[in-house]
Amino acid sequence: MDFKSSETVPGPRAEDHLPHTATAAVKIVIVGGFGVGKTTMVGSVSEIRPLTTEETMTQAGIGVDDNYGSDTKTATTVAMDFGRISITEQLVLYLFGTPGQERFWFLWNGLFEGALGAVVLVDTRRLEVSFDVIGRLEERGVPFVVAVNDFPDGPHYPMEDLRAALDLSEEIPMVKCDARRRASSRDVLMTLMRFLHSIAMAQASA
Amino acid sequence: MSPPQRRRRSPKAARQEKPAPPPAGEESGPGRSRELERLYVVTGQASGGDRAELDLVTLIVTCADAPPTAQPEQLALLRLCRAPMSVAEVSAYLNLPFSVVTVLLTELLTAELVQARVPIVRSELPDRSLLEAVMHGLQKL
Ligand SMILES: Nc1nc2c(ncn2[C@@H]2O[C@H](COP(=O)(O)OP(=O)(O)O)[C@@H](O)[C@H]2O)c(=O)[nH]1
Ligand SMILES: [Mg+2]
Repeated sequence: MDFKSSETVPGPRAEDHLPHTATAAVKIVIVGGFGVGKTTMVGSVSEIRPLTTEETMTQAGIGVDDNYGSDTKTATTVAMDFGRISITEQLVLYLFGTPGQERFWFLWNGLFEGALGAVVLVDTRRLEVSFDVIGRLEERGVPFVVAVNDFPDGPHYPMEDLRAALDLSEEIPMVKCDARRRASSRDVLMTLMRFLHSIAMAQASA
Repeated sequence: MSPPQRRRRSPKAARQEKPAPPPAGEESGPGRSRELERLYVVTGQASGGDRAELDLVTLIVTCADAPPTAQPEQLALLRLCRAPMSVAEVSAYLNLPFSVVTVLLTELLTAELVQARVPIVRSELPDRSLLEAVMHGLQKL
């Protein structure tokens, strides 16, 4: 990017500025395979037009680790869409739509470690795409809920069959959703928050 | 027809705070590392010689006028953060990777031109009033 003049950098619209009272932020991660509806969900609840943050990663060819081997390296750009919801004058919630492959997660410091929790978006047309994501969250101890995105051309399984297929324990909430609808996406986020709240209650009384 | 079947996994022993290093064979490209190096040289020995601990949702606020020596990237950032803005938003608007933005921000934090407001992260005992505030905020959507 050319930085000849800072005036040329397009900033947020005036109404997209956070108030000066904004002192802290929290984040929730929406994770799932390509085309499952992550960006759609972020966009349907965000108060700003979804933005994108990118990292470029290069894969070195065998035996190539110097600056002259660029022609044998393949660059992968990994993009993450995100949106924002102002909770109070002080508190802001950010939502990140994150690619399902764990090998990309290290690109963003503490993406999952710092998140309140995660939403795993599942597409019944390609259920197995979410298997690894769910396993990684289990290994990392990240609390999550599963949202089943209802695509009209996808197979319709009873929720209990899906729970069994995903081998989810009873306490993990599952919901159907239409990521294109704000109310439906909001309900998914509420389900996650209620789940986190119940975990906090249980820990407090333990 | 029945769906494919997954097997549950158990939590691994407590992970380190730091994110896992990139798998072997994945590293910064030549152009990228040169750019980082250039930015890094300007950074000097900020906070123990390392980059500042910045999260995607650390809020950045400009707190001083730009010095005449400020570089164009720095000027752009200082303008953007006149109102509080997350590191992720800065990265999106400047069209720069998160990793490059954290280097720029380390310089500006060292020079006390910006302030960082640290995010609230998940902890062993999450603050229930925080969770309730988020639920209340979502209900208004
Ligand atoms: N029918 C239906 N289509 C959806 C839903 N969510 C997303 N889509 C469509 O699926 C496509 C991929 O969605 P996108 O959000 O880009 O997926 P991403 O790759 O996970 O970010 C788009 O054409 C969306 O309009 C949903 O809940 N129902
Ligand atoms: Mg997307």
